[in-house]
Amino acid sequence: MYRVAAIGDRDSIYGYSAVGIEIFPTEESQEAGRLIRRLSENGYAVIFITEQLAAALQTELDAYRDDTIPIVVPIPGLSGNTGIGMKNVSKSVERAVGSDIISEDY
Amino acid sequence: MPVINVNPTRMELTNLKRRLVMARRGHRLLKDKRDELMRQFLELVRENKKLRARVESTVKNANAHMAIARSLMQGEVLDVALLNPKQHMVLDIETKNVMSVMVPKFNVKFGSLNQNDIYSYGYAFTSGDLDTAVKGFYDMIADMLRLAEVEKSCQLMAAEIEKTRRRVNALEHVMIPQYEQTIRFITMKLDESERSATTRLMKIKDKMLEQAHHYAD
Repeated sequence: MYRVAAIGDRDSIYGYSAVGIEIFPTEESQEAGRLIRRLSENGYAVIFITEQLAAALQTELDAYRDDTIPIVVPIPGLSGNTGIGMKNVSKSVERAVGSDIISEDY
Repeated sequence: MPVINVNPTRMELTNLKRRLVMARRGHRLLKDKRDELMRQFLELVRENKKLRARVESTVKNANAHMAIARSLMQGEVLDVALLNPKQHMVLDIETKNVMSVMVPKFNVKFGSLNQNDIYSYGYAFTSGDLDTAVKGFYDMIADMLRLAEVEKSCQLMAAEIEKTRRRVNALEHVMIPQYEQTIRFITMKLDESERSATTRLMKIKDKMLEQAHHYAD
């Protein structure tokens, strides 16, 4: 049995707690990095993180790319959409195909 | 392509021929694997992009309602309203084998089956926008989890495709030509030594006949 967590600034993730996602508010990227590590070792399989924090933690998040668990998913926070999530998808395509071939479809 | 450094013997030749056949077979199999992985990957990536676009826009909507609720209500009231959620969620994760890539498959279980348990507060002191925001989060939770699933699958498959592509290329452009060249080299060498043996024998035969019959005299 795995649980689902959300990390980000308080205002961005507060609403998720109502639907059963456990929230871990932080605005500091180092703290968030530690949190991700701790959560992944403690039965959290899916970790939603605000794009703002994800941007600061790119290297840490890349380390989890090839593991099945945890699944770290960047989502836009209150401060808006920075496009990091989409860039991550393009990165997968680039890795597999060699160049980003389907980005202009959307 | 340089020839592998081996002794040009018949035994090496048979060995190499066997390895060439093996390499060709591996190459064909891996190429098929790569093509199929690529097909499934592209399908998945398209879904990933669509899902992400949808989730990002719904998150934005829900966040907007949340912001309105926050501005209409006192901060403490809002904090208290969501302090003790009634609903909780656990995941069962199975892995599915897609072309030797283990992709995750979720099975979501909610702690409470009552849909209204997402509202963990009384309605007296909260704004209606909070209800809308919470409902918005609830409606997209399935999409968000599916997004997590798909995105991870994409990442894992991308890694596998990269690996497979490297192998295919290594076999196609390095191993197989190398084997072919080496086999050619050994065959040439063996033929050459056979010819030289024949000519030597002919020469010796001539000399022996010469000694026996004294043609020159």
